Amino acid sequence: MANLKTTEKKTKAQSMGLHTEVLTGKTQQKFFNPDEAENFYYWGTYDVDFNKRTELDVNDMDCKEANKKIDELMSQGYGTIVIKNPQGKHSLGVGILNKLNLIFEGSLGYFGVGSIDGPTVRVNGRVGWSCAENMMAGKVVIEKNAGSCFGAAVRGGDLICKGSVGARTGIDQKGGTIIIGGDAGAFTGFMMQRGRIVVLGNVGINLGDSMYDGTIYVGGKIGSYGSDAIESPMTKSDIDWLKRKLKVAEIGENFDVSKMTKVVAGKKLWNYDALEPTEKKGAI
Amino acid sequence: MCGIAGLIHRGKSSNVGQELQGMLQALKHRGEDSTGYALYGDTDGQNFIMRFKVGENVGEGSSSVMEDVSVYDERKKIVDSYISQMGAKIVKEERTLPYSLRYEIDYDKGDLLEFSQKIESIPGVEILSMGKSLEVIKDLGNAKAVCDRYNLGDLVGTHAIGHARMATESGVDIKSAHPFWGYPFSDVSVVHNGQLTNYWNNRRILENKGMRFMSECDSELIAVYLAEKMRNGATLEEGMKDSLSGLDGVFTYFVATKNSLGMAKDTMAAKPLVLYESDDLVAMGSEEIAIRSVLPQEIDTYDPFDGEVKVWQI
Repeated sequence: MANLKTTEKKTKAQSMGLHTEVLTGKTQQKFFNPDEAENFYYWGTYDVDFNKRTELDVNDMDCKEANKKIDELMSQGYGTIVIKNPQGKHSLGVGILNKLNLIFEGSLGYFGVGSIDGPTVRVNGRVGWSCAENMMAGKVVIEKNAGSCFGAAVRGGDLICKGSVGARTGIDQKGGTIIIGGDAGAFTGFMMQRGRIVVLGNVGINLGDSMYDGTIYVGGKIGSYGSDAIESPMTKSDIDWLKRKLKVAEIGENFDVSKMTKVVAGKKLWNYDALEPTEKKGAI
Repeated sequence: MCGIAGLIHRGKSSNVGQELQGMLQALKHRGEDSTGYALYGDTDGQNFIMRFKVGENVGEGSSSVMEDVSVYDERKKIVDSYISQMGAKIVKEERTLPYSLRYEIDYDKGDLLEFSQKIESIPGVEILSMGKSLEVIKDLGNAKAVCDRYNLGDLVGTHAIGHARMATESGVDIKSAHPFWGYPFSDVSVVHNGQLTNYWNNRRILENKGMRFMSECDSELIAVYLAEKMRNGATLEEGMKDSLSGLDGVFTYFVATKNSLGMAKDTMAAKPLVLYESDDLVAMGSEEIAIRSVLPQEIDTYDPFDGEVKVWQI
């Protein structure tokens, strides 16, 4: 077992005084002990069978009841769950940490499918604010429009909206890809740190404001650039990646990606750039 | 946090009291300190409808000082005498609650400023709304509680806006509750979700121009701001567009007049709004769940963008 108390090798970040705490907690020791396999159990995950399908009508349920029921169904091995009558309820389908086909026949309210890690989600309606916030992995497809803060702080996976989205799409984004088929509102990519945003339509004012990494591609008009955001030349690898991504996302067929505008961070943050790649991950 | 909702039927009337109650009740988690309705009912257009209060609700949670009911009676007597002095005639009188009254008034002079100033010169009396169609009803509690208390479920009309309030900027009382009447303009009302950061600057400027404020709620500024623009000849839509730069802060607000309903969203798009629009109905609210209470079937909704102003006619 690694003795974390006596680890002497300092990282570059520690030597710069960025973090000095010593990891001594019991939880940390348990987590890092490879001999105790049970401690690596990913709590709240299930092995499901995609061919085992069921429907769940949540019309008379609140979000807690509905999410608990989804959890029960996954524990029974259901790998394809169709949610009927979501009726704009908030926080549906959150915290799903395993593979799953989740289909919503209707619209979601705020914080729909937040903090997920792995499922494939399709919403045959609209989603409210902060859809897929903190998503780690998986694929989320919204057939209609989305509200503001779409994909806030996503860390990985693909998040696709076939319609238009509100303001602050991809705010604080830390990874993954967000694709918008229509227009996006003001402050798209606000404080973006990593990942990619693709908007086939127009974007509002202050695009990429305060971003310090990541890339934004815009197919239409740009209302204005935010501070720190600058235009960058499109490369062949950009075009190849966009073509591949749009094809997989089943969106923007025949869209000429070579004419898109590429936007990146124009400001260098000395502290961020001084970190090693592995330390960057920790910093964000 | 607060929640707002509104709807307008185009080309027909509907049970807007019940519909708005459902929309606001769906938003009750955004605030239950008070709830307010601005309902545009079907009337013959002959008389003014004046909703006013002669005191405050001092029930649980209220920040108002308790008064004896006899004080309310005294104020009502003075209101009655002033109405008579102004050459107006009370055609119908309803006293829903000891502190809340509804009058139908025959008043043909048309100068609501002079009339309102006279009535509101009585301490403790506030006109909540005045118009040929508009009725503003607001009180403490959630949408259902207020609807039941004032029996609003049967009200038929063309359009309505409403507000579920979580008090953050001023007290829990009726005077700080929304909607605000666009004093002294007949049939103008406003609800707001957000926070205005240049409230005091604007208030001082507008007060110097003779405009009236009844509360310290920042949302009242929107009604007064628009009223001042309209007083100087601007249309409602022009006033709303001007407000995007004149008002600082974060806001989404609705304005309604006798024939129209409008929305405005600040340039930061910081406050939520979901909109459904069709040929015969427009419904909007802070959250989709409000719209779903009147339109449970699958529909297309969207978020208006930053700095958008829209106005619909009945």
